[in-house]
Amino acid sequence: MSSLTRRRFLESSLLAGAGTLVTARLAFASVRTERRFAFVLLRGGLDGLAAVPPVGDPQYAALRGQLALAVPGGAGAALPLDGFFGLHPALSFLHECHRARELTVLHASATPYRERSHFDAQDVLESGMTRPHAATSGWLNRALVALPRGGNASEAGVALGANVPLVMRGPAEVASWSPTHLASLDEETLARLTDLYARDPLLSRRLADALASEANAVEARRVAVEAAAENPSGVSAGLPERAAAGRRNAGARYADTARAAAGFLRQSDGPRVAVFDTNGWDTHANEGAAQGQLAQRLRALDDGLRIFKQALGPAWRHTAVLLATEFGRTAATNGTRGTDHGTGAAAFLLGGAVAGGRVIADWPGLARGALHEGRDLKPTLDLRAVLKSVLRDHLGVSPRALDDTVFPGSGSVRSLDGLLRG
Amino acid sequence: MNSAHLAAAIAVNRFGLGARPGELAAVGAEPRAWLLRQLDGKPPLLSARELRSSAETLTRAIELRRERGADRKRRRRSADQQSSGERAARAAAVRLPSIYRPVYLHEATARFAHAVGTRRPFLERLTHFWSNHFAVSIDKLAVLGLAGAMEREAIRPHVTGRFTDLLMAVEKHPAMLLYLDNHVSAGPSSPAATLAARRGAQRKVGINENLAREILELHTLGVNGGYTQKDVTSLALAISGWSVGGSPGGRLAGGPSGEFHFRAAFHEPGAKHLLGRSFGDDGLSQGESILRELAVRPATATHLATRLARHFIADDPPSAVIARMRDAWLESDGHLPAVYRVLIEAPEAWVEPHAKFKTPADYIHSAYRALDLPVGDGRRALAPFELLGQRTFMPGSPAGWPDTSADWDGSSALLKRIAWADAVAQRVGDRRNARTLATDVLGVTLYDASASAIARAESGAQALTLLLSAPEFMRR
Repeated sequence: MSSLTRRRFLESSLLAGAGTLVTARLAFASVRTERRFAFVLLRGGLDGLAAVPPVGDPQYAALRGQLALAVPGGAGAALPLDGFFGLHPALSFLHECHRARELTVLHASATPYRERSHFDAQDVLESGMTRPHAATSGWLNRALVALPRGGNASEAGVALGANVPLVMRGPAEVASWSPTHLASLDEETLARLTDLYARDPLLSRRLADALASEANAVEARRVAVEAAAENPSGVSAGLPERAAAGRRNAGARYADTARAAAGFLRQSDGPRVAVFDTNGWDTHANEGAAQGQLAQRLRALDDGLRIFKQALGPAWRHTAVLLATEFGRTAATNGTRGTDHGTGAAAFLLGGAVAGGRVIADWPGLARGALHEGRDLKPTLDLRAVLKSVLRDHLGVSPRALDDTVFPGSGSVRSLDGLLRG
Repeated sequence: MNSAHLAAAIAVNRFGLGARPGELAAVGAEPRAWLLRQLDGKPPLLSARELRSSAETLTRAIELRRERGADRKRRRRSADQQSSGERAARAAAVRLPSIYRPVYLHEATARFAHAVGTRRPFLERLTHFWSNHFAVSIDKLAVLGLAGAMEREAIRPHVTGRFTDLLMAVEKHPAMLLYLDNHVSAGPSSPAATLAARRGAQRKVGINENLAREILELHTLGVNGGYTQKDVTSLALAISGWSVGGSPGGRLAGGPSGEFHFRAAFHEPGAKHLLGRSFGDDGLSQGESILRELAVRPATATHLATRLARHFIADDPPSAVIARMRDAWLESDGHLPAVYRVLIEAPEAWVEPHAKFKTPADYIHSAYRALDLPVGDGRRALAPFELLGQRTFMPGSPAGWPDTSADWDGSSALLKRIAWADAVAQRVGDRRNARTLATDVLGVTLYDASASAIARAESGAQALTLLLSAPEFMRR
């Protein structure tokens, strides 16, 4: 086999030179919609009262003590949102989105789950059911199945990370991708492996997906590198210093993942839905306020989202990103300068397709009698209302499908209107 | 398929860590006896000169903080004792990784080498199981220096003993106390909290429920085990004061350096009510009594039986086996060998040879065992775990690594395994005979299709890649 035709599956390190192009046989079907959706899981229970502090609430400062953020105005204070709510100072890109009316915060929101186990709560967040372990598939996968005709559900979604999270598991085949740093496998060996797996349904499917994704990954990388070249002052300029100052590892991982996700979504005939997860939000001790552990993680996340927008290029206009966590945290701090598992949380919807610039919250207040079980922010918005709106208005999933298969048992949960631009 | 031969392959590959050359033949006709024999005798000691006790490692860290604190005082940076202490802590934190990281590397490579060479792989798999059940994660700095020592000190000695002893050792180990922040947890009416309130101290002294929650939810009863938020709080109050000794000054002064230390000043006085029972307050014994109670509750027995059955039999384990294991647990008051015996003797465990998808660690261990590869030293030795997505002692949460196929069989994960196997095969393939090795390690569970693919490979290296990538090698 001549070296011209031998396909080599290459290192997907996004920082490698762009000269290694491959004759990739793109496996995706033709364009169905311009709109893209990314779902970012914040595992651990992000402290919504720290990320989006209700600085105008009379009880806030006392409850949060040393963890409270100052009213907008001074250095290290919350960034202004709408006079009542502020934004954590580490979230500078999100604040830019707010000012550009491309961010909506959904506060005091939660899934139907009311206990405080991470694992069960994440199960409910991802399965879209009303209680844990009620499904082995996720709402987003079931939504892919319900996408309007004209596309092939089996190539509509990609999960970035070593394995596919529950939210993306189910009947629709999704691709998974994460950076490899391994030498190439030659085509001959891969052909023999494909034969070897012929009678193993799971492995043959996985291998086929992997090879399709790998070819696309190279293509995605090429696109992302080009995108970065288009915006030389955007992505690379401000970030190296921040990366050095903050938690370098988390930031670098988010940056790689964000670039890869954007690279996939940006392709005109690539996947429309991407998912990735982030960890480390479980701040039981030494949470910090304007500086500290949580601030560092928020900064890394914020930087990653900035990179995501840059790498998407013009596709950002048609993109919506939803960030959600399995539950919020206690309204008051605990004995170790942190917070414990709570209930009401903050979710974020951002993107060029979002009708943003506001905080949506039916705010219950933080007075003792208003707290859930006397300790947590009371949830007043079912997160499924938000998910349904996005799926209906952004991806065109029918209300019927939403109530029947995507979120079974959610008939009484009404979608919100007007979250997205016309 | 000859059932004795099938059983031997299952014993070695699913109950064990993957066959070493010749191991299948050595197991011979009595695979169940081979497993049971491994439970006899003393637990193995990992022998490497550089393995220190957790107390030693922690003491070095405490010393470092003390040095830094003295430095700061000498330079008179701040009149405020508290903030200079915090600055000292931050400064010390910058150097702590230089102490902890070499410790981690030594521990992880010693563990890896032992897993590759051991003649008691069933016992080793059980050890890893319990270590994962009582998971700590090195993304918390203190755990980086202590995870390996915790496995050696708190887990290994009790794998073939009583669950009560295992539970007690783990929940008192500094690694667990530091990981889940119990060392600073103080009851609201404890002497320390009362004093702090009277002084109007800025720093809040209070209870942290993290460890108590995980004891109930993860370690014993399980999330559906019938406890309430009140029980979590009661347990947290009962184990307030379970701390670590040796800090140079401040609230955490006193006690044996780097070891478990019961701080009476942090302990919440009074009886505690949990799970319908009342536990009188006698300091340290209060928490101990509660743990002893939890260890023999039916919910705990069911929870742990389920996890063991899932790990050793199938992702969806047969409920009949779980029930028998639970009964053995309750009848023996949590004597673990009695439970393992039921597992080993369950006919259901011996039917399906490729029931479980290997985790990355399973895969790496089995490849190294089959090829008898040397482990080496330092960060490079551990590169495969990082590459394939399962860094030793870094599950990322107290729930540990998950244990079903769907958690590990993603398409990109599969491709990485194959690419890694190919890299290994390129290095050693010309010095191995993949055809005979395939039969040696897989026995009758090797499919004809795989055997002939290996036989028809165009090179020794490719043959080995095919063996290591075969469906039979991806599972156990």
